[in-house]
Amino acid sequence: MSGCTFAEKALARAAGLPAVRAGDIVDVTPDVVLSHDNSAAIRRIFAETGAPRIAYPDRVVITLDHAVPAPTSRHAQNHAEIRQWVQEQGIRHFFDVGRGICHQVLGEEALILPGETILGADSHTTHHGWLGAFGAGVGRTELAALWATGQLWLRVPEAARITLTGRLAPGVTAKDVGLRLLREIGADGALYRSLEFAGDALSALSLDERAVLPNLLAESGAKNVYLPPDQAVFDYLEPRRTRDYVPLYPDPDATYVADYHLDVSDLPPQIALPHRPDQVVDLGDVLGQPVHQAFLGTCTNGRFEDLQAAAQIVRGRQVRCRLLVIPASAQVLRQAVQTGVLDTLLAAGATISTPGCGPCMGNHMGVPAPEEATISSGNRNFRGRMGTPDAPIYLASPYVVAASALAGCIADPREYLS
Amino acid sequence: MITLHRCWVYGDDVNTDVIFPGKYTYTLTAPDELAAHALEDLDPAFAQEVQPGDVIVAGRNWGCGSSREQAVTALKAAGVAAIIAASFSRIYFRNCINQGLLPIVCPELHRLVRTGDQIGIDRAAGQIVLQDGRVFPIPPLSPSVQAILDAGGLLPMLQRRFKGGA
Ligand code: SF4
Repeated sequence: MSGCTFAEKALARAAGLPAVRAGDIVDVTPDVVLSHDNSAAIRRIFAETGAPRIAYPDRVVITLDHAVPAPTSRHAQNHAEIRQWVQEQGIRHFFDVGRGICHQVLGEEALILPGETILGADSHTTHHGWLGAFGAGVGRTELAALWATGQLWLRVPEAARITLTGRLAPGVTAKDVGLRLLREIGADGALYRSLEFAGDALSALSLDERAVLPNLLAESGAKNVYLPPDQAVFDYLEPRRTRDYVPLYPDPDATYVADYHLDVSDLPPQIALPHRPDQVVDLGDVLGQPVHQAFLGTCTNGRFEDLQAAAQIVRGRQVRCRLLVIPASAQVLRQAVQTGVLDTLLAAGATISTPGCGPCMGNHMGVPAPEEATISSGNRNFRGRMGTPDAPIYLASPYVVAASALAGCIADPREYLS
Repeated sequence: MITLHRCWVYGDDVNTDVIFPGKYTYTLTAPDELAAHALEDLDPAFAQEVQPGDVIVAGRNWGCGSSREQAVTALKAAGVAAIIAASFSRIYFRNCINQGLLPIVCPELHRLVRTGDQIGIDRAAGQIVLQDGRVFPIPPLSPSVQAILDAGGLLPMLQRRFKGGA
């Protein structure tokens, strides 16, 4: 009998079973249950279940991040309803307006650990694979069920392996790797699968960069995405964690239904064209396309190193189109202030907004006009994603976003890196 | 007990837009209205001729695309008793269970039956039985998932658990 994939090991643990296999349906008790501004809607479904209280309030994490600070009185009401619910239920892990985007905050607070399982009412819950956790998105009714009982059924996914080798060239990042993989795998190529990374290129990536891969690869249809945690992850968690954990690794003879391999050494910067995250080309193919707004932020690329990369490009120069910078968290914002990165961005003409999702979902703070093109460091460019149906969105790395802000059109950052 | 079902047979990668068009998702809510538009852009005959107890038999990746629950509830409202597919998209499969509609994974069936054919389903024995006597297993669900189906879906199951009654 062959060995087990990461997904098989993680879900066996979460289900309290000695072993499970791809295709099995198991009842898992996740370590963390995540929701955000949608928590008021979930609360209303929860009320219909008749459950008296949230079963495990200590496993529940709620952040207000999708429309913060509240852009309308309706949004404010929604937030108020959530705050009251948090108090009623004694939810300790509540992060109010301005603390940051849910996925980023969970990492900073070390609320999810290697080998653990997190289910979230957010499709990018795959993000938490950066430190070797099993993260998957679920629906609102299912999240209400998780609040009510602490449990949910999951089908153990088949796994596909992605082996990354080589070293990235200067000006090329994990975002380019992720986009290149989406180009290869396609928007449903990993449907239902656990995507499990391997290869020596991973340990060379900083922790900020690693998080890009499982976040962005939600766009391949994957159920979860896994990176094997190493000493860098353990060192990061050590001063932050409040419980023990056991990291999980796939067996060498685990069964994979697909095997991808990418040598990242010769990879040029990549860019996703409107309106599909998997419609990816080499950056060189679309240089010079006009952009009206450059957006640096989101759970994909709003971390400190992303702001730092942009600062490196714009230092001593002036932007030619709007450069909107929204740090992924308050912590990122503080670090950018303390290191002078924020000052560099401001001096180049950037606009800064409250940590959170910003215009990623089209709620506010940077919604484009019709026909205005945005280049974004985010993960989705579906038609209308940023609130305006006829506004094209390109997806690229922070370097490319910053270089394009300087040029007023899609530009190659390597020309600005000396 | 074997129950008899008439088949509607479809191919691979049938997405939720053709199962239930997105343009109706925010305007139609009543079950009979949902049923009237089921599979509208794939097979206009379906909504006209479907009868209670019919089953869908499909190829790979049934229900890919959007997560809309109406793509399940519209078929349920039309009287569909089960969906048998070579594979399901992840969220569609979950929505089936959570809305109380039996999803059966059977890699071969869509190649062996045609629209209008009858098949037998023996839930107790966990089998699909063809007219020529061939038999295919229904992969068992875990007891807790089966309990959701038996309760009619996730919300009714939770209601029973917390409000009592069953
Ligand atoms: S930043 Fe965008 S993708 Fe990330 S959680 Fe917020 S809305 Fe979703």
